[in-house]
Amino acid sequence: MELNVENLVKAINLEVVAGGHHLNRRVKGGYCGDLLSDVMANSKEGDVWITVQTHQNIVAVAVLKEHAAIIIAGNREADPESIEKAEKEGIPLLRSPLNGFLVSGMLYKLFEQGENA
Amino acid sequence: MLEFKADLHIHTCLSPCGDLDMTPKKIIGKAKELGIGILAVTDHNSCGNVKVTQHLGEEAGLVVLPGMEITTREEVHLIAIFGEIGPLEELESFIYEGLDVPNRPEIFGYQVLVNEGEEVEGFVEPLLITASKLSLEEAVFRIKEAGGLSIAAHIDRQSYSVFSQLGFIPPGLNLDAVEVWDRSGYSRLREESIDLSRFPVLTSSDAHFLHEIGRKSTLFYIQSGAFEEVAKALRSQEGRYIKGHCGI
Repeated sequence: MELNVENLVKAINLEVVAGGHHLNRRVKGGYCGDLLSDVMANSKEGDVWITVQTHQNIVAVAVLKEHAAIIIAGNREADPESIEKAEKEGIPLLRSPLNGFLVSGMLYKLFEQGENA
Repeated sequence: MLEFKADLHIHTCLSPCGDLDMTPKKIIGKAKELGIGILAVTDHNSCGNVKVTQHLGEEAGLVVLPGMEITTREEVHLIAIFGEIGPLEELESFIYEGLDVPNRPEIFGYQVLVNEGEEVEGFVEPLLITASKLSLEEAVFRIKEAGGLSIAAHIDRQSYSVFSQLGFIPPGLNLDAVEVWDRSGYSRLREESIDLSRFPVLTSSDAHFLHEIGRKSTLFYIQSGAFEEVAKALRSQEGRYIKGHCGI
């Protein structure tokens, strides 16, 4: 079964902060990282990216790497510029009160279920 | 015009990672010995040892510019340098309000305020090496508004640099200069097609130990060691300019 951003939003109860019209994007994998240099170097197209960074550069990185979505973990608030930019670029910007470990764990399970389905 | 050797990134014993020997007195002595004409004291998120160093610098005939190495919310290190201590102290009190982790000296090191005679005057309580609440943009804006200079620290390092934390310099960021750590790092950034041509380049020691002072420095061609002269040189104004870099 293929996963899209909307499946993730529903399954782990993510708040959609921006880019709500683009939840049909396909999710191929995930990446965790708060050093944008590392994310730029190592994440892949179709990844959902989990981070605690809230700076607008995250949207640019997600566009560059063609990420499916960004999840801001740890109950952090996205910077207003990031929300604006994500809306403009059509990148789903999501939020969770849970920390990155928990978000990743839940997503990992979801992927396993998807593969077995 | 004259040539001035400047080291614009120096920690004192106030930075938890700074050696306890980094007292204002010893720093000035060392700088004098090395022929450094302009120093900036840039402790992490604090400027508590600036005044003492300035006073000792005056006596020794070298200029000490008030500075601070701010850790932004994104954990980017940003050097702020001012002409006067006043606006920097205001910035410091704003930053202090957002520092909520107490220092544990046995883990991080002591954060020591000292006087001119190297006696301990006190300790700063909040841990100074944590992130402040200021975003990079907010920090640069506040520094500019208060008449200071913003310098992105060691941009070619793998940690706490604008490139490591944020991938690239956010468009429109009003930096006055970038500090480059070494030549190979600078080349690496340029190989990644990063355009740094719009930023003046500084090289500084980022000294945490006495023997590190002046290991890297910048040569300014200016009229005096005053803050305004340095600022003009960064903008290549009125015949002032950066003449060269040492130690890289």
